[in-house]
Formats: sequence, structure tokens, C-alpha cells
Amino acid sequence: MSNHLTNLTLKIWRQSGPNDKGAFESYPIASISDEASFLEMLDVLNEQLIDQGREAIVFDHDCREGICGTCSLMIDGQAHGPQRGTATCQLHMRKFQSGQEIVIEPWRATAFPIIKDLMVDRAAFDRIVEAGGFITAPTGGAPDANLIPIAKPVADASMDAAECIGCGACVAACPNGAANLFTSAKVSHLNLLPQGQAERWSRVEAMVETMDEHFGSCTNHGECEAACPKNISLDFIAMMNKDYRKAKFKNRKLIAQI
Amino acid sequence: MKGRLQMAQAIQSRGPVTGTAVAPKRRRRFFLSDLYSTAVGKKYVMAITGIMLLGFVFAHMVGNLKMYLGAEDFNHYAEFLRELLVPILPRTVALWLLRFGLIAAVLLHIHAAYSLTVMNRKARSVKYQSARDYQVASFASRTMRATGLIVALFVIWHLADLTWGTVNAVGGDGTFVRGDAYGNVVRSFERVPVAVFYILANIALGVHLFHGVWSLFQSMGWSNPRFNKWRRYLAIGFATIIVVGNVSFPIAVLAGIVGE
Repeated sequence: MSNHLTNLTLKIWRQSGPNDKGAFESYPIASISDEASFLEMLDVLNEQLIDQGREAIVFDHDCREGICGTCSLMIDGQAHGPQRGTATCQLHMRKFQSGQEIVIEPWRATAFPIIKDLMVDRAAFDRIVEAGGFITAPTGGAPDANLIPIAKPVADASMDAAECIGCGACVAACPNGAANLFTSAKVSHLNLLPQGQAERWSRVEAMVETMDEHFGSCTNHGECEAACPKNISLDFIAMMNKDYRKAKFKNRKLIAQI
Repeated sequence: MKGRLQMAQAIQSRGPVTGTAVAPKRRRRFFLSDLYSTAVGKKYVMAITGIMLLGFVFAHMVGNLKMYLGAEDFNHYAEFLRELLVPILPRTVALWLLRFGLIAAVLLHIHAAYSLTVMNRKARSVKYQSARDYQVASFASRTMRATGLIVALFVIWHLADLTWGTVNAVGGDGTFVRGDAYGNVVRSFERVPVAVFYILANIALGVHLFHGVWSLFQSMGWSNPRFNKWRRYLAIGFATIIVVGNVSFPIAVLAGIVGE
């Protein structure tokens, strides 16, 4: 049997466009099932708003199974809400209590301008990936499985980094608005694997420097790791920092080039 | 490089973000200034100058422990510092070389911190309009600027007190005597407000070190599952040793353990 939460108050950031000033508005939720996900609760609220002839709240969402990285939301001052290792779409109302006020705000970062209400433009992440988050080898047809032997711990570490879904919670949670966790996950994912070695040093250099153009700097608070819905480790930031330094030395060694 | 360029050209710039995948090729700057121009590079500078300052703070604390051996030992140690490497270098030259290194480290540490702060402020031009609920950011990590500023102001006062002597025992019963390091320390710490200020400043230093010593490993990329948990223990241990050692001096003077 599902229980219901009653008398919730949602304080939601409303902003009609990128240049609007925006403000919080309060919306009552009389009753909602504790089995509803957070986004389903917003759906229910939007149905009500539409019925009343008011404008629905705009928020990012897509797969709703925690793997696409589209959903966001700063819920009660925490990126993706109070549950660790969980994206907003997988957060359920049973984590909240009847009578509670829930404050919902969009990600705040200069590189993530608000499009409308709770929706932000995370294209700055695309810029970082475009700078080096790929392998340029012409691959042809799909190679046979296990053609390149990879040690299990290496494959596991690479997979841990590759888990990043690019939702931007790290930037949102960081007191400095830094994207080091995202960038380091994207760098490490390829830099750990044999296939990524050819471009290892140019990749880390290009991605770190592109990151610098948009985001703040890492001061090792650790908030990103705590907010990450995929529990990506701070160790990847250390790895990126090390690879970046090595890259700076190694690229200098490419002598006899004009 | 070529592949990256082609890929970048195929991608249209979209949305309000104006960055492009491939920045126009910049003229190669001097290696170190090129490195320092990036945030990660500035963090290396923070870490390396931090290590230099850690070394100083530790040596300074250990050296001052000679206070407990009496005036003769303490002043002898102070003179030893001036006579460091004396047959090789003239008197005080080695000391001044060390001082210049420290001054450079302090200036770089502050400049890097300042420019990173400016960068971070720009990275979130519109603050969160509701209260943040921080999960793991420690008091120390969030007050690095404040504790750093307290320590910087303290160091200036500390130099004026015990190196230049301009604020030493003002209004007290003693006066600054150049060369009598032991007496100067005692006369300064006999003033209760001064002793309290020293203690508070050293606690701020300890808080700064608690985050800084751990943080420098991350910044330098010195990460290994074998020793990662020891980074925190090292930070706690180092900060504790420094604070306990330094705070003991004004307390010892006020308690009469160290006196003329």
C-alpha cells in the first residue's frame, strides 16, 4: 500500500527567459503518493497549472531512469536532492515528509545560463568534450570483442569514470562553479584505456584549457563527489591534474616540429 | 590535431556559450607562465608554495622550542641562523636567500589564491537564491580565504613585533633589544592581549593547514589508493603539531615557565 504525503509546499524558481530577473513562487501540493518520483510530482503540479490556465513549469528531463543526465534541479540546497548517488528522476517522494516546504532552484553557473524556469543550457560541457573527449582513429567495422586485452582493474576504473552522465551536478554543487569532476571523468575514461593512449596528452591539455574558459577552479571541497548521481570519485580529479602536468612537459618534448 | 580540427569545424557553435572546441593557436609562451595561466597550473603553484611554507612553519616551530632550553640556547640558535653556511657565504647571506624564497612563495601563494577567487566568482555570477546545504565541504575548506588573511595579517604584525621591534612591548616595561631574541619574545608575550592574539592566529593557521595539507595532494595529483587515507591523517597531525607547538610559547611565558 502506498502512503500519501500531504500539505507539501513547493518553492520553485520561475523565470520567463534568459534575461528575466526571476523569482521564487510557492505552489501547494495537497496530496501526492510517496511512490511518485520527484519529477512525477512536478508533472502532477504542471497538470494542475495547465488546468487552471497557468503556464507549466519548465524543467529538464528525459529518460527518467537515471542514465541520461538530462534532469537537474537544486532541491533544498542539494544538487539532485537529499539522496546520495541518485539523479532527480530517481528520487522519490518517500524521501520527504508531509507538511514540508521544498525549495527547487535551477543549476547556477555562468556557463549554465538559465533558458527558462528550471531549465539550463549545459552546452559548455559539449565544448569540453569536443576539445578531446573522443578517439580520432578511423575505426572501420566494429572490432572483435577482447581484441585488445585490458586488465580488469583498468577496465573497471575506466568504467567508473565513463559512468558520468554529464548532468552538471558537480558544477552546480561546487562552491566555485568548477567542472573538474566532469572534465576529469571524461579525460580519465579514455586516458585509462589502451585506445586512448595515442591522444592522451593532447586530450588532457585541450580539455582542461577549454574547461578553464567556462568554469571556476577546484579548491578540493569535495561537494561535487557528494552530489554526483554516479558517485564519481575525486581521485579522477587528481589523475587529471597529474596528467595535465605530464602533458605540459611531454608536449614540450615533441622537438623538431615547426 | 588534424582530426580534432576537422571535427571541430563540423560542429556549429550553438546557444549562448561562445567557446569553440579548438582555440586559435596561441603564440607559445614561456613554459612556466603558460602553465600558470591555467587554473590547474595555479593550483600547482598553490601546492608547491604551500609546501615551502609548510617547511618554514615546521622549522620555525621546532627552532622556537629551544626557548624551553633557556635564553642562551635560544639566542645561540638565532645567531646560528644568521651564521648559516658562514665559511661558504658571508654572514646572513644564507638567511636572506631563504627569506627571499619565502617572500616569493608568499607572494605567489597570495596571487594565485586571489586570481583563482576572481575566476570562481565569475564562474557563478548569479548566486544561489536559496540556502545551500553543503554535504562534505569542511569549515576549513570554506574559510581558507579568511584564515589565510588572518595568518597574513598576523605575519606582518609578528615581523613588526619580533623582527623589526616596532610594536614590541609598546607601553610595556621592556624595550626591543636587537640580538636578544629570547628577551624580546618574553617581553612581547607578557602582554596578555598579544598572547591571546598569537594563540588565535595560530588556531587560524591550524585550520588553514588542515585543509591545505590534504588539498595539496589532490592539486598535485598525488593520489594512490595505498596512501590516500593517510593524506587526511597527515593533515590533522601536521596542523596539530604546529598549533600545539606554537600556542605553547605564549602560554609558557604567561605561566612563567619561560621568563627572564
